[in-house]
Amino acid sequence: MGNLTTEQIEQLAEHCENAELNAYEITKITDDFPQMTYEDAFDIQWQIRRRKEQRGHKIVGMKMGLTSWAKMAQMGVEQPCYGFLADYFSVPDGGEIKHDELIHPKIEAELAFVTKAPLKGPGVHIGDVLRATDFVMPAVEVIDSRYKDFKFDLKSVIADNSSSTRFVSGGTMKDPSELDLKNIGVVLEVNGEVKQVGAGAAVLGHPASSVAMLANMLGERGEEIPAGTFIMIGAITAAVAVNKGDSFTVRYQDLGTVSGKFV
Amino acid sequence: MDKNIIERCGDELYNALQHRETIAPITERYTDITLEDAYHISLRMVENRVNAGAKIIGKKIGVTSKAVQTMLNVHQPDFGYLTDDMAFSQGEEMPISERLIQPKAEGEIAFILKKDLLGPGITNADVLAATECVMPCFEIVDSRIQDWKIKIQDTIADNASCGLFVLGDNAVSPRKVDLSTCGMVVEKNGQIISTGAGAAALGSPVNCVAWLANTLGEFGIPLKAGEVILSGSLVPLESVQAGDFMSVSIGGIGSASVRFT
Repeated sequence: MGNLTTEQIEQLAEHCENAELNAYEITKITDDFPQMTYEDAFDIQWQIRRRKEQRGHKIVGMKMGLTSWAKMAQMGVEQPCYGFLADYFSVPDGGEIKHDELIHPKIEAELAFVTKAPLKGPGVHIGDVLRATDFVMPAVEVIDSRYKDFKFDLKSVIADNSSSTRFVSGGTMKDPSELDLKNIGVVLEVNGEVKQVGAGAAVLGHPASSVAMLANMLGERGEEIPAGTFIMIGAITAAVAVNKGDSFTVRYQDLGTVSGKFV
Repeated sequence: MDKNIIERCGDELYNALQHRETIAPITERYTDITLEDAYHISLRMVENRVNAGAKIIGKKIGVTSKAVQTMLNVHQPDFGYLTDDMAFSQGEEMPISERLIQPKAEGEIAFILKKDLLGPGITNADVLAATECVMPCFEIVDSRIQDWKIKIQDTIADNASCGLFVLGDNAVSPRKVDLSTCGMVVEKNGQIISTGAGAAALGSPVNCVAWLANTLGEFGIPLKAGEVILSGSLVPLESVQAGDFMSVSIGGIGSASVRFT
């Protein structure tokens, strides 16, 4: 059940999206709308999505956020969330990310699943996800909460499209049956220095369970994950803040590397 | 440090080990103790074990993560000796309440050597060429120093805080696995408590073994064929007690588990 009016949802969507587009900080919206529900928060996110589509942008994938224990502890929340990826979020492997277009970006080592069959919750489990997965590829997400100092609660972050802003996907694809997804290791380096390490199980015990959770959360709104969807599973490592001039490389066990540079 | 004091400290640590007692930090009593003094104490401690019938079967490398190096304010690892009475098998009960004082578990990769390695000048390639196989491993570290209040010299003198270890259920050629990116998942009592990857130990566990070969090489001591080398923790240390069950799995290598009694 929502507590906000359609006008309030539209205003808050504009408020959050403007902060994204113009790279400025806002205070968390639950401060001004304490009565906001999770449904309201997702309504705001879906309204931001419609605003982008109306301007001609294409939605190119979905992302899960706050899926690792490291991340939930870092942000003080207890449940994951999802967001969407717009076409202009995509940065090629080895490409440049303009730091000035963002507020206080951080990077996270992730994996992406690309589906070959639709997934519709409720009741989607890891087995369904593995069966519906065309391939897995490495991906790095750049997150950039529009909230001041990354201070938010779960409802506010959902309304802010789960801090989505940019992503870099790598050039290696593998069938999920060729990978040990629970134990797959990642090493995140900034300017050649190892900053974070982790393994797939950091994401909800198994990377595929993140995709299952996305299908089940979307199912609550009557939505599904269509075949051919690119889905980032959430961070395997804690997020690392980056400055202009920093370059990063994430090395994956059996999946190559992903790199980029902040300019 | 005077030779008599070195021997006395080594004997004191050995007695603490035997009687499951802790002693005050050595660095509090001998403030001028050097790293070399500390290694001589460690050697005296292990000589006591060998005189009592234990056999040296390998070495362990410690202080390999940036977090621990920062905590101890050092920029290099340390090492200790492994004896046969420290080794446990996969799935076996480990009587920590009888053997250890203040145990902590760490997940590691163990190297089994097929050729001697004598530094200096040992490179990563030499280590890989001399490695028969790598295995998943739990090392249960312990400190004979009160409340783990260790400086680097204390832990070196105390045989690099070595306790007991378990080798896992699989052995893999180093040709088959990327030891820098291989992931590690540690579970305690059925719950995932940490994940890591090979690079957590000096960028790669192979670097750790090369460091040890080169460090010992300065004293003319080789790593020997057949020895087991524990290459350093890839995850944060976890305190354990009797009744706990832990397992570690490493991508491309296998898993190890241990039940504490």
